[in-house]
Amino acid sequence: MLGDPVRRELYRFVVGQGRAVGRAEAAEAAGVGRALAAFHLDKLVEAGLLTAAFEHRGERRGPGSGRPAKVYRRSGTEHAVSLPARDYRTLALILAEVVDLLGGDEVAEEAARRAGRKLATGGPVAEALAGHGYEPYEEDGVLRLRNCPFHVLSQEHPLLVCSMNLALCQGLLEGRGEVRPDPRPGECCVVVSKTN
Amino acid sequence: MHLAQLNVAHLLAPLDTPQLAEFVSLLEPVNQLSDSAPGFVWRLKGGDDPTDTVQHDYGDDLVINFSVWESRETLWNFVYRSRHLAVLQRRREWFHRVAEPYSVMWWIEEGTIPELEDGMARLERLRAEGPGLEAFTFKDFYHPISV
Repeated sequence: MLGDPVRRELYRFVVGQGRAVGRAEAAEAAGVGRALAAFHLDKLVEAGLLTAAFEHRGERRGPGSGRPAKVYRRSGTEHAVSLPARDYRTLALILAEVVDLLGGDEVAEEAARRAGRKLATGGPVAEALAGHGYEPYEEDGVLRLRNCPFHVLSQEHPLLVCSMNLALCQGLLEGRGEVRPDPRPGECCVVVSKTN
Repeated sequence: MHLAQLNVAHLLAPLDTPQLAEFVSLLEPVNQLSDSAPGFVWRLKGGDDPTDTVQHDYGDDLVINFSVWESRETLWNFVYRSRHLAVLQRRREWFHRVAEPYSVMWWIEEGTIPELEDGMARLERLRAEGPGLEAFTFKDFYHPISV
């Protein structure tokens, strides 16, 4: 589905905006015509990678304001590819429940911090985060993270998973940034301020 | 329908001790956050002072939160997707760990105010019988039966 370079570019652009994106805007970003962009965007919707909606884009409302524009954003559906089939999600959910039952959240946080330290590689902070799926972007001088790599787990065990994720990021970026919780709906719960 | 929620926490020390000072200082900003959060409907207040905790007869070491929200999503976003999360993550500094459920939800008619006694009874019910339509949790959530 994402093998086609135009399609891949369109997908990257739409998910990178963190908001609904119109056809014209996406076409321009990908450097292709509107019709071609529309074709590929609709293919991405069919595949479940994006969702489409109709929105009034301008200030004007009601009769005379024109037809609503078709806009695209990332689909909430998760796609994982594993060949041969592996199911880490089910086991992770069971283990999260075990941690809860054992009251082991502090031990889990420390383990996550150690794991983060092991994953640390140096290099720019944003790249390190991007390399682990967080999709960082800058806002008001801090790095916010558009994607929660542990989304499914965080819906079932929010407190445990968000605390482990915080510790993991703190381990990953130790000495290179202040990692603190500042959650928002639809994003990762962690933000990073640069330390100099 | 609106969603009522009650949760309890057992203090490690009395509220007027240094150990709890930081928790007490967070009451006002967190209460402001909840009261202005999208979907917030009502919360039981302890008094006129923003740091007053809910008055009750269930033991001095028990802190109770009792509130009403427009939906599961709005309550979820306040609890886990706002600055409230950071306070929640520090709970071990101030509260005992409990093995039994400490939070319960149920549906109420819009415009009605739930009773604390009823909420505490529902928490007991959740603990004794497990989740059901009358007493449930985020994890085992029940949607209202439409009539």
